[in-house]
Amino acid sequence: MAIGEEAIVRSELRWAAVSIGVVSLIMLALIYAGIVHHINPPSNIEPIDPKTLHLSGEFTEANLGTRVSAEGQVTSRIVATQFTFQPRCIVLPANQRVTLRFATPDVIHGILVTGTNVNTMIVPGYVSQVHTVFTRTGELLMPCHEYCGLGHSEMFATLRVVPASEFKPDAQGRVSCDAR
Amino acid sequence: MTHARRLALAHFWIGFIAFAIALVLGVWQMWVRSPLPAPFLTASTYFSSVTAHGTAMAYVLTTFTVMGFGYYVAETALARALPAPRWAWTGFWLALAGTLMAVVTIFSGRAAVLFTFYPPLIASVFYYIGLVLVVAGSWIWCVLMIVAMGQWKGANPGRPVPLAMFATVANAVMWLWTTVGVTLELLFQVIPAALGLKAQIDVGLSRTLFSWTLHAVVYFWLIPSYIAFYTMVPQAAGGRLYSDTMGRLTFVLFLIYSLPVGLHHLLMDPHQSNAFKFLQVALTALVSVPTLLTVFTIGASLEIAGRLRGGRGLFGWIGALPWERPLVLATGLAFLMLAFGGFGGLVNMSYGMNAMVHNTSWVTAHFHLIFGGTVVIMYFAIAYTLWPSLTGRAAPSLAAQRLQLWLWFIGMLVMTLPWHYLGLLGQWRRVATFNYADPIIAAWGPWVIVSLVGGLILLVSGLLFVRNLLQFAIGRASHVPAEVYATAVHPPLRVPAALNGFRLWNVLVLVLMLLAYGYPLAQFFIIDPPGALVHRVDQRR
Ligand SMILES: [Cu+2]
Ligand SMILES: [Cu+2]
Repeated sequence: MAIGEEAIVRSELRWAAVSIGVVSLIMLALIYAGIVHHINPPSNIEPIDPKTLHLSGEFTEANLGTRVSAEGQVTSRIVATQFTFQPRCIVLPANQRVTLRFATPDVIHGILVTGTNVNTMIVPGYVSQVHTVFTRTGELLMPCHEYCGLGHSEMFATLRVVPASEFKPDAQGRVSCDAR
Repeated sequence: MTHARRLALAHFWIGFIAFAIALVLGVWQMWVRSPLPAPFLTASTYFSSVTAHGTAMAYVLTTFTVMGFGYYVAETALARALPAPRWAWTGFWLALAGTLMAVVTIFSGRAAVLFTFYPPLIASVFYYIGLVLVVAGSWIWCVLMIVAMGQWKGANPGRPVPLAMFATVANAVMWLWTTVGVTLELLFQVIPAALGLKAQIDVGLSRTLFSWTLHAVVYFWLIPSYIAFYTMVPQAAGGRLYSDTMGRLTFVLFLIYSLPVGLHHLLMDPHQSNAFKFLQVALTALVSVPTLLTVFTIGASLEIAGRLRGGRGLFGWIGALPWERPLVLATGLAFLMLAFGGFGGLVNMSYGMNAMVHNTSWVTAHFHLIFGGTVVIMYFAIAYTLWPSLTGRAAPSLAAQRLQLWLWFIGMLVMTLPWHYLGLLGQWRRVATFNYADPIIAAWGPWVIVSLVGGLILLVSGLLFVRNLLQFAIGRASHVPAEVYATAVHPPLRVPAALNGFRLWNVLVLVLMLLAYGYPLAQFFIIDPPGALVHRVDQRR
């Protein structure tokens, strides 16, 4: 063989340096996206007891759905349960920061909203929270995307994104699909 | 036939039978999800089928192939008899009994939990015990591989362990580390729940323990492919291995970096903090380094082969390679699919960007492309390479082997490219049926049918593979099998102790695992989150 051992080692080291350089660039891009554009995963270590969440506190039936606080913050609370969402239809305003909060009384579920980056697992024992801004109006699908039992394929909800002018909270600050 | 050869054949056949059954199930599942009407469909048949498909592909095909290949390597690369063959057979029968137990439980409709079995969904205990037996069988294999290398080193003091065996033991050591996570989950959480001893489960803890196993298991499946790349492909191409040292380094890097990275499967989970998610994403980025090193070293080895065969110019050596040899062809196709799959994986692991694709068909596409395109296609090629020495007969037709590999490549692309696209459109995973009356979903229909065609091509290829192996029975007898292992350009005379064993690297793995998983696991005992009630899937309503 014509190639000397040293030449081989040198070429391998050069390539290793290139590889590590490429990997470092990718990491820098991720750090940049995380810090500057706030592109972070939905971490939220906020325990909640799945066995009692329907009895008291923020996820009782009366509290579910979209609500606008006195300061104008829009929050939707949604329970994912075998094999439906409560409520099954959610109204949200376009072009405004909204917060989605999920909890489950039974098994693992997960959601995504088609055509957006909204995505989270819903794990019994924790509240999952996603902040987002919907830029397009219309009806979006929000299916359960984690296997949760035999009825899993039929488990989905609808997000109705409306222009700010049509987003009209009632006296308690609630907005629901049937009210319209 | 020697013990190791009989062992290898027995293991390969169990793996390949499981593979063929899983292929049929996979095609039926794609048919069900398409707009075309499919037979036998109920929620229970569909999710039992998905469970069987995942279990057979991920646990049975892989574990048996890794074990069978390891026994072959231990005997041929070390050129000495296998230690304690009786124990090897014990491992085989344990794993086979476990496989049958799991499969019977699934097909009786009592284990529709998918192969990831996320609690608090709980199946019949026999499904989990079956899996534990498969793992127990593989642990015997791990110990035998480590002992075989130790005995060889004792008899050959100071000499470098042959690369194929060094890599096999790297995989055995990694597998022992890998299975700790899932074993803790099964023994302390899932099996007690399945036996009715526990009514509640800490789901965050079980998901974190499973994630410990979930990434490294992929490298357990993949390492036989890399062993073939380094130690067999240069020989099949008519060349030399460019660098033996780089090979050792690559397998050491796999051992170190495939373990402390599993949290990238939990990026969308609420119960892990962004700090640890980010730390493990950074370590995940590093796991691409050994693959990049491999692409270079194998590329250079093939270039040597091409030039020895008269190839000239910058790219002329590529055309001069013996593409008619199945192992060389499989390597070329695997590298192409690895390039596609690697790009997809980059998006998955990208911390924030993961939200775009998590639990969509993009992910399904990614792991089928990596698994089918790099793992399984090389299992085919390994089988084709070893079969002459295992059966004592020559292949009756290399053309049939090449056709099979091409069909696999084409089928993989036809199936997974539409899946990637559908994933970006938001098509979600793990459902039996879609409501094609919905206008958004109706637009997906044609692409789902294209991917089904890809699945059918894969099924044809898989069955042709089994036929090609059976055809060896009519091949002419060949009692002097060709040398399968490549020599390096500069065969190592001595290597540093660090690249001839794993003691140092085990310490490093321990440190990294404490760093990466110490707090993410300990936090559940500190915050003591409320448990979730067990939900059984094996009770008839
Ligand atoms: Cu579900
Ligand atoms: Cu992974």
